[in-house]
Amino acid sequence: MLAMNFRGPRQIRLDRNKPEPEIKHPYDAIVRVTRSLICGSDLHLYHGRVPDTRVGMTFGHEFTGVVEAVGSGVQKLKVGDHVLVPFNVACGSCPHCKQELYGNCNESNPQATAVGGFFGYAHTGGGYDGGQAEYVRVPYADVSPTIIPAGMDLENAVLLTDVVPTGYQAAEQGGIHKGDTVVVFGAGPVGLMAARFAWFFGAARVIVIDHVDYRLEFARKFAFAEAYNYRDMKDPVLFVKKATDYFGADVCIDAVGCDASGSALQDITGKGLLLQAGSATALHWAINSVKKGGIVSIIGVYGPPWNLAPIGSLMNKGITIRANQASVKRLLPKLIDHIMSGRINPKEMITHRIPLEDVSDAYRMFSSKLDHIIKPLLIPPRANAA
Amino acid sequence: MQTELEDTIAEFQDRKIADRNLKNRTKDIPGWGMDADPENDPTYPMKHWNGADHERLNYEKAPQQPLDMEVLHSVERPGVTRVFGTSSPPTGLSGAIRRYAYQYSEATATHWMTLILADRINVIEGKLSDLTHGILPNPWIERGWRAEWKHNRPAFIRKAATTGLLITAGLLLLKRKNKRK
Repeated sequence: MLAMNFRGPRQIRLDRNKPEPEIKHPYDAIVRVTRSLICGSDLHLYHGRVPDTRVGMTFGHEFTGVVEAVGSGVQKLKVGDHVLVPFNVACGSCPHCKQELYGNCNESNPQATAVGGFFGYAHTGGGYDGGQAEYVRVPYADVSPTIIPAGMDLENAVLLTDVVPTGYQAAEQGGIHKGDTVVVFGAGPVGLMAARFAWFFGAARVIVIDHVDYRLEFARKFAFAEAYNYRDMKDPVLFVKKATDYFGADVCIDAVGCDASGSALQDITGKGLLLQAGSATALHWAINSVKKGGIVSIIGVYGPPWNLAPIGSLMNKGITIRANQASVKRLLPKLIDHIMSGRINPKEMITHRIPLEDVSDAYRMFSSKLDHIIKPLLIPPRANAA
Repeated sequence: MQTELEDTIAEFQDRKIADRNLKNRTKDIPGWGMDADPENDPTYPMKHWNGADHERLNYEKAPQQPLDMEVLHSVERPGVTRVFGTSSPPTGLSGAIRRYAYQYSEATATHWMTLILADRINVIEGKLSDLTHGILPNPWIERGWRAEWKHNRPAFIRKAATTGLLITAGLLLLKRKNKRK
């Protein structure tokens, strides 16, 4: 089958003869991929920042597909079902899953206790091949995969596997009160969704900060946000303080993670010398920009083992940090309703529809922010096979 | 080798000790539980606390996926999870380095930095494997240079010219040095 094949940092190949996945467990399903997205967090893998990313792996944790085969223990799904597959691999019965923390499953990732199991996210994420391929093995098929509701656009469905719930949880974690001023660092797809959803929780003002002008323009239209380029500022923290009566934002959301730009010190130590797990510039700004007693929501991805962050300010300002991988299954009913009722139309973010065969180009375009790309969608050649 | 405390601690006893304390000791501890507030839960609504954390050993587990390949697992858990990915089992020198890394907990730099080292060695192994299978590197496609050429041509040409100049200058310097010898 065709599959994306990781060959090293910034090197990707299309495999034409990768063996098709097999049922390995009674609760497995095999899914023929119909749509697959490249996520901003895939770029952390692409840039070689996530440990235990092995050559030969197929990335991709945002995909929809048609069930082609099921294991002997699968009861809810059947062959032919068209499903959206949340990025979390979750057993549904461990203490974490039972409490709806599906992103922290205890029975899906042998390699790390610090993260749950995710499709196509290094062996640090469990070693599962992902959905940037024609077929995928989907473990615990009865737990998270969800039949796409009749009438839902396939492009909206695939966005429900990660970016929409992740953006929603970013806002939810902020504990936003009606009337709050919310600052979102990062105008990538997750930041855009977080800004859009901040209004759902009653924000009175949403400010997005990034350094890519076309994304800021998109944030103004898509997320109804005030959007500013930090390269036009001497100091983004001072900007936020001045913009909030020298009080600080009520809630700050870090929607960037370890690939952040904006600080030479963080860039050199994090992205150049690998002395920390990427650059923590956005987190640094968020902690310093939020009000005393405010909340910082971290949804940007950081790798292990550590990052430079101002812990002293965290303690002295009495800041609460709330962070987690999105629990997609928990949020799906609410988000499906938001889409079906027309309150949001996330597919507006998909700017590029690219054949799977051109996956190397797609990664480069997304990484280098070429051609005003916001969110690239990959379409496998067998997507529409009967 | 010195026996560390973590090698001697009795495993899977936490809930037994907690239950014993709840039954026998807490009544003698002045103030025990009097300020407990179930509403004081900063994880809500992300986590729907239902006490399952305290039943951590007694949950229904799926059957074990057959261990028909080498699966490294974190020392911070008792064994392999009930399902696991089969993408790329450890092989070669990078595999040996990964096995070493997995002897250390996720709290250590040794674990993660060693894995990054293994990743970089794995890239070289991948190149050698490609060559032995007759696959030549194709940076035009694999590195996405085609996309840069299409959408970002002036910057791409600038970068390529700068890189070319630097390499040429380096080679000339080397040549000069060799001549002097």
